[in-house]
Amino acid sequence: MLQFLLRRTIGALVILLLISAVTFVIFFQLPGDPAYLSCGKNCGPAQIDLIHRNLGLDESIPVQYWEFMKGIFVGRTFEIGQCDAPCLGVSFHSREMVWDTIVDRFPTTLSLTVGGFVVFLVVGLGTGMIAAWKKGTLIDKGFSSLSLVLSSFQIYFLGPIVMGLVVWNHGWLDAPKYFPITDGVGKWFLGLLIPWLVMSTIFTAQYTRLMRSTMIEQLQEEHVRTARAKGMSRVYVFFRYATRGAMIPIVTILGMDLSGLLGGAIVTELTFSLAGIGRLAVESVTNIDLPLTMGVMLVGATFILLLNVVVDAAYAYIDPRVRLG
Amino acid sequence: MPAGADAKKLEGRSPGQLMWIRFKRDRTGVISGCVVLFFFLIAALAPVISKLYGKDPYTLYARKDFDLLDDYGLPSGPNGGISGDFWFGVEPGLGRDVFTQLLYGMRTTLYMALLITIVTVVTGVIIGLIGGYAGGRTDYWLGRITDFFMSFPSQLFMIAVTPVVVSLFVGRNEEVPTYIRAFSIIAVLWFLGWMGMSRLIRGVTLSLREREYVEAARVAGASRWRILRKELLPNVVTPILVQGTYLLPGTMLSVAFLSYVGVGFTEPTPDWGRMFAKAGHIYENAPTYMFFPGVAMVIFVVAFNLFGDSVRDAFDPKSGR
Repeated sequence: MLQFLLRRTIGALVILLLISAVTFVIFFQLPGDPAYLSCGKNCGPAQIDLIHRNLGLDESIPVQYWEFMKGIFVGRTFEIGQCDAPCLGVSFHSREMVWDTIVDRFPTTLSLTVGGFVVFLVVGLGTGMIAAWKKGTLIDKGFSSLSLVLSSFQIYFLGPIVMGLVVWNHGWLDAPKYFPITDGVGKWFLGLLIPWLVMSTIFTAQYTRLMRSTMIEQLQEEHVRTARAKGMSRVYVFFRYATRGAMIPIVTILGMDLSGLLGGAIVTELTFSLAGIGRLAVESVTNIDLPLTMGVMLVGATFILLLNVVVDAAYAYIDPRVRLG
Repeated sequence: MPAGADAKKLEGRSPGQLMWIRFKRDRTGVISGCVVLFFFLIAALAPVISKLYGKDPYTLYARKDFDLLDDYGLPSGPNGGISGDFWFGVEPGLGRDVFTQLLYGMRTTLYMALLITIVTVVTGVIIGLIGGYAGGRTDYWLGRITDFFMSFPSQLFMIAVTPVVVSLFVGRNEEVPTYIRAFSIIAVLWFLGWMGMSRLIRGVTLSLREREYVEAARVAGASRWRILRKELLPNVVTPILVQGTYLLPGTMLSVAFLSYVGVGFTEPTPDWGRMFAKAGHIYENAPTYMFFPGVAMVIFVVAFNLFGDSVRDAFDPKSGR
């Protein structure tokens, strides 16, 4: 088990290294000259030269990449100041350290994704299980058709509608806003409740459908029938036998959906004007702020890969074949 | 027609015919298929429809008729300015016609999605076939490359890279032509979209490779190329079509996502995704603007998902829902 996780973690690190190299080359080598982007329209060759030296752009690509990677571990010194250990460079636009900006924005995205994740897992799997338990009844049909329709409600469509109903028309809740959890759990919870629900709607609906069909499949398996025939109660067999078997395909698909979760966070942040790293990514792209984009990319990729390792661990826990194979 | 002899005669049916017969029997599938077709049709006929309707998505009608918008730039008529002249209302702020905007916006998004789906499917099939059939080291490395692309945080990457691709073709401070934007979006979504198909086809090919008929062809002296083309490809058509129908709505949403975020098509090109961006900003004051694009999208995606399920059932009656 431990060995399996270790292997997966090393794999994730290798992938991260490759992603950083690829993005670095794409961002700093392909599009003309980043120096132009950082100094505006009326820029003389002398200024460009200066920026080149300041950013280390006069070096070759491998040297630049090496400097960048070294900066993450030991820090770098720029003309405008010292950039401490996890150094991802300096923003072209705001002249602030990229790492500090990301640290400032990251908690919002973390709360958003983790909360949304919990919502869709609990609600999606729960309703899926209920639908499978009550297969063929009105409840099942209701849940199934509801999830079919809801799985096509995009965040940017549903978000404003919910805002209109809950916030502007009735004033049941304040407009969504991120409060650190240290400000009080209730405040944090109510501030993100609407974004969580809206963001997870599509996932919830999809996982309801998925859980229902895999549960029904599992309930028809031989071993489940044998367990029932031996006299175990329906509830016990449902949870201990069928659910466990159903979790294997669910977790597989979960692993593939993780990057979609981050994508959902981006749209959610834009829809509800929350200042997370998704919106930061969009802002940095609009401002052509390459170091910031690069930093957000790396942090986002790390986040997703970390979650992937967690999913792998869950996978190994559920399915003994993975652990031993 | 005499029912006797003709009906009794045994007829050979190709798998394609069988699939078509099964599909025709599935009422949900036929209806949803018609809805999907309807969307593509009205999108394709957008210029004709807008000519008959007498308006286009670019003209700022509020400049000609000052009564359309009030002092705050909101439609002065009830329900977002819906009337006999403006079927879906008037766009707040600029005063363009919402109906033709949606029509042309759907055209942009749907046909982009169709094009991207075709290129990703072709790429995925080629890579999957090669990996599955060649096996060995080729398969190993193709598999690693696929894994690598799959581990990208794709939506984040799309946002970051699309402007870079655009800047490859256009110098700084230059106007970006629309076809270059279209090309960049296609390139990025293509680059990040082929992996699922390639994995699927690789798996299918891997199991087909060992079948007797392939072996027989090999013994008979068929070349690799011939085996790939004549023996394997016809047998992976089913998974290609099924996966393809699932891929298309997803691609459509990705195109819309890019435009929503602001790195896709820009004004004045009409675009489905960008309508949501605008509608979200003004929703508090002008909620009607969101209604038609939103409802159209929900209908389209629901219909396409149902259609996809039916296609799968028709091809592969064994797999239940």
